[in-house]
Amino acid sequence: MEPAVAYVRTEEAPKLAAPANLVGWRGWVLANLFPNWKNGLLTIIAGLFLYWVLSNVLGWALFRAVWTGENRDACAVEGVGACWPFVQAKFLQWIYGFYPIDQRWRVNICFLVGGAALVPMLMPSAPHKIWNALFLLVVFPLIVFILLTGGHFALPLSTFAGVAALLAIAAALLPLSVYGIEEGIQKARINLVLAGVGIVVWIASFLMNFGTVPTPIGVMSVGKSVATLLFFASGGLAIVQLMADRNLGALSVLRGWLIVALALFLAMLLLKIDFGLEPVETSQWGGLLVTLVVAITGIVFSLPLGILLALGRRSNMPIVKYFSISFIEIWRGVPLITVLFMASVMLPLFLPPGVNFDKLTRALIATAIFASAYMAEVVRGGLQAIPRGQFEAAQALGLSYWNMMSLIVLPQALKIVIPGIVNSFISLFKDTTLVAVIGLFDLLGIVVAGFADSKWASPQTAPTGYFSAALIFWVFCFGMSRYSQFIERRLNTGHKR
Amino acid sequence: MKRKIIGLALAASASIFAATAAAAGTLDDVKTKGFVQCGVNPALAGFGAPDAQNNWTGMDIDFCRAVAAAIFNDPTKVKFTPLTAKDRFTALQSNEIDILSRNSTWTMTRDTSLGLKFAGIMYYDGQGFMVKKSLNVDSALKLSGAAVCTQTGTTTELNLADYFKSNNLEYKVVAFEKNEEVLAAYQDGRCDVFTTDQSGLYASRLTFGTPDEHIVLPEIISKEPLGPVVRQGDDAWFNVVKWTYYALVNAEELGVTSKNVEEMKASTNPEILRLLGVKNADGTAAGFGTGIGLSEEWVVQIVKGVGNYGEIFERNVGESTPLKISRGKNALWNAGGLQYAPPIR
Repeated sequence: MEPAVAYVRTEEAPKLAAPANLVGWRGWVLANLFPNWKNGLLTIIAGLFLYWVLSNVLGWALFRAVWTGENRDACAVEGVGACWPFVQAKFLQWIYGFYPIDQRWRVNICFLVGGAALVPMLMPSAPHKIWNALFLLVVFPLIVFILLTGGHFALPLSTFAGVAALLAIAAALLPLSVYGIEEGIQKARINLVLAGVGIVVWIASFLMNFGTVPTPIGVMSVGKSVATLLFFASGGLAIVQLMADRNLGALSVLRGWLIVALALFLAMLLLKIDFGLEPVETSQWGGLLVTLVVAITGIVFSLPLGILLALGRRSNMPIVKYFSISFIEIWRGVPLITVLFMASVMLPLFLPPGVNFDKLTRALIATAIFASAYMAEVVRGGLQAIPRGQFEAAQALGLSYWNMMSLIVLPQALKIVIPGIVNSFISLFKDTTLVAVIGLFDLLGIVVAGFADSKWASPQTAPTGYFSAALIFWVFCFGMSRYSQFIERRLNTGHKR
Repeated sequence: MKRKIIGLALAASASIFAATAAAAGTLDDVKTKGFVQCGVNPALAGFGAPDAQNNWTGMDIDFCRAVAAAIFNDPTKVKFTPLTAKDRFTALQSNEIDILSRNSTWTMTRDTSLGLKFAGIMYYDGQGFMVKKSLNVDSALKLSGAAVCTQTGTTTELNLADYFKSNNLEYKVVAFEKNEEVLAAYQDGRCDVFTTDQSGLYASRLTFGTPDEHIVLPEIISKEPLGPVVRQGDDAWFNVVKWTYYALVNAEELGVTSKNVEEMKASTNPEILRLLGVKNADGTAAGFGTGIGLSEEWVVQIVKGVGNYGEIFERNVGESTPLKISRGKNALWNAGGLQYAPPIR
C-alpha cells in the first residue's frame, strides 16, 4: 500500500455554500441595490423618497383616514386624513348621476349585459365572435338606448319614409359595388340618373317652394315627395336589375342590403314601441354612466371612421382625398373644449327656435368626430409602415381595393398601431371629463359638484373626492392598457422590429 | 319629409329629442307640459346642489318650487337643468328652460340687451370680508394695515382697492390666480383677510377645519343682486315669476308661514286676506291670483309648498344650517334689510 501523496487530495473537498453576499435576498440586495457606493447612495435617496411618499399617501388614505360618519362633523377635525364616509354617501351618485333612484335598475341591466357581452368578446378563445360583435355593436346599443332613455319615441311616418328613401339611394348605388365603378355606371345608367335628378329636386325643394300635396303619410312638400318617388324608382330599378342578373356577387350584395334595411326598420319600430318605461332625460344622466357612454361611443365610432378617413387620405381620388385631409386637419386643429363649446353654446343659436338638440347628443357627436380625426392619423401611420410590395402582391393576385385592404393591408397595419390606437382610446376616455364645461356631469363633474353639498363640506372632502376619481379613472385606463399589451403579444407573429 | 337627411343621419338620437316650438306663452306651455323647467346651479352650497339622494336643495331651488306650487299647487312639479355659468343664458334664450334661477347677478346689460328680465332679488350678495376671530375685528373699517387675500384679475380686486382707498385705509394685496390658492394662503396665515362675494365666503368657510374660528364682517362693498331670470317679451310669465317672489316676501312680512297659513285665512288683517286670496266681505273673489293666470289661492299654495321668504332663507342658508349666514341685507325692509315687496292690492 503506497502512502498517499500528502499534497494530493483523494476526495473532493466538500462543496461550500455560496457566499452569503451572493445568494438569497442579501445577494440580490447587494447586487442590485448596493453594487458600489454611488448606486448605494442613490438607493438610499430613492428609498427615503419612496418612504416619504408612501407614508404620506398611505397615512392620509388609510391610517389617519376617517372611516365612519354621518356628515361633515366627522371629517372637519384637525389632522385627519381622507374623508371616506363622503365617498360612501355619494358613491352611487357618482355612478348614476341624477338618474332617478327607483330607475337605477335600468342602468344596472345595461352595465350587466354590456359586461357579459364584452368579456367573451375580449377573450380570443371564446367562440361565435361574429354574433358576439353583432350583438355588441347593433343589439346592445339599441337596448341601452331604449332602457336609458325610456324609448317610446314619436317617430312620424315621414321619418320612416325618409329612411326608406335613403335605403333606395343606397340600392341605386349597389350596381357600382357589384360590377365595379366603370361597368356599374354603364349598366345602371338609368337608375343613377333617376337618383341624381331626385337629389337635385330634393335640394331644390329647400331653395324654392313647390307647394304641398296630400300623401298617405300626411301633407308633404311637392318637391320632397317627387324626390322620394324618384329615389324609390331608381332603387327599385337597381334591385330588379340585380335580381335579373342572377350573378352570385349581385345576390349576396342584395342580401346584405336587405338585412340592413330590415334591421333599420326593426330598430325604428322598437324605438317607437311603448315599453312602459318612465322617460329619463339625458340631463339626468351623470357620473360614470355618462363617462362610459361618451367614451364608448367615441371609441366605437372613432375606429371605423378613423380607418375610412385614413384610407381616404391615401386615396387617389381627389375629392375623397381632399375631403379626408380637410376633415382631419380641421378637427385635429381645434381643441376639443372649443368643439364642445361650439356644440353647446353656438349651435342652439343657429337652430330654428324650439328645435333643441339634446346636450349629450351634441357632446357625443363632437367627441366622436374629434376622436376619429386623431384615429385617422394613427391608422395612417400603420398604413405607411406596410411595404409597397404587400399592396402590389395583393393587386397581382387580382384582389379588389376593399379585399386588398381588408385582407392584406389593414390586418398588418392595425396590428402595428395597436399601441397608438389604445393610446387614443385612453386619452379619449380621460378627455370625457371635458364635457363638464358644457354642463354635463361626467364622473369628475359629479364628484366636484358633490363638494358643494354643505352637509359634507370639509377640508378633506375635495382631496378625497379627487383622489377617488383619479383611482377610478386609473383602473379603467390601466385595464385598457393591460388588455392591449395582451393582444399585442397574441398577435405578435415575429415581425418585431 | 322636413329635415329629412339631418333627421335621418341623427334619427336615432338628435331629432327625437327635438322639442316642438313654443307657440303659446310660457305660462300656457308650462301648464300644458305639467312642470316648470328650471335652470339651476349644480354646485353652490345653500343655493343649488343635489344631496346624495338626488334631492335638489337651496334657495334658488326653492324659488323654482315656489313657482311650481303657485301654478300646480305642487312644489315637486319642477324639473331641474344643471347649467354652467357659460351656457345658462343660452339655455334660457333657446327655450331649453322656463326660469333661470342660478345665482345670476342682475346687471343692466343682462336686463336689456341680452334679452333677459330679472324678476326679483332673491339674495343681496356683494363682496365681503372674512377674518379670523382671534383678530378681534368687528368691522372692515378697522382693517387698516391688513394683508388681504384675493383673486387676480377679478372685479373683487378693483372693489377692494376702491374701498380701502376711499376709506383711507392702508392694505397689502396678496393675490392668486385660483380660488383654491387664495383659500390655502388665507388658511396658512399668509394674509389676515379673505375677500370675495359674501355667499362665497360662507361656503368657503365650511371647507375650513374650524369654521367657527372665522367670522364674516358685516360690510358689503359691492352690489351683486342675485335673482331669477326669464325671457323678455313674455309679460304674463314674467308677472307670474315676479309676483311669486313678491308673494314670498309679503308672506314673511305679514307673518304668514307654512305652519299657520290655514289659520291666517281667518285673520282680520285685510292685507293678509288679500294675500291669501280670501273672498271679500261682499262675497266677491279677491281676484289677484286669477289676474295673473293662477288660482285664487296661489299664495296659500306657495307658502304651504315652500314657506315664506324667511323660511326659505333659514332652511337653506340660515343660522341653523352649516352655512350660518345671517340675514344682513336680506332682512325685510322693516327689519333693516333690503327685501321689499310692493303690496298686493
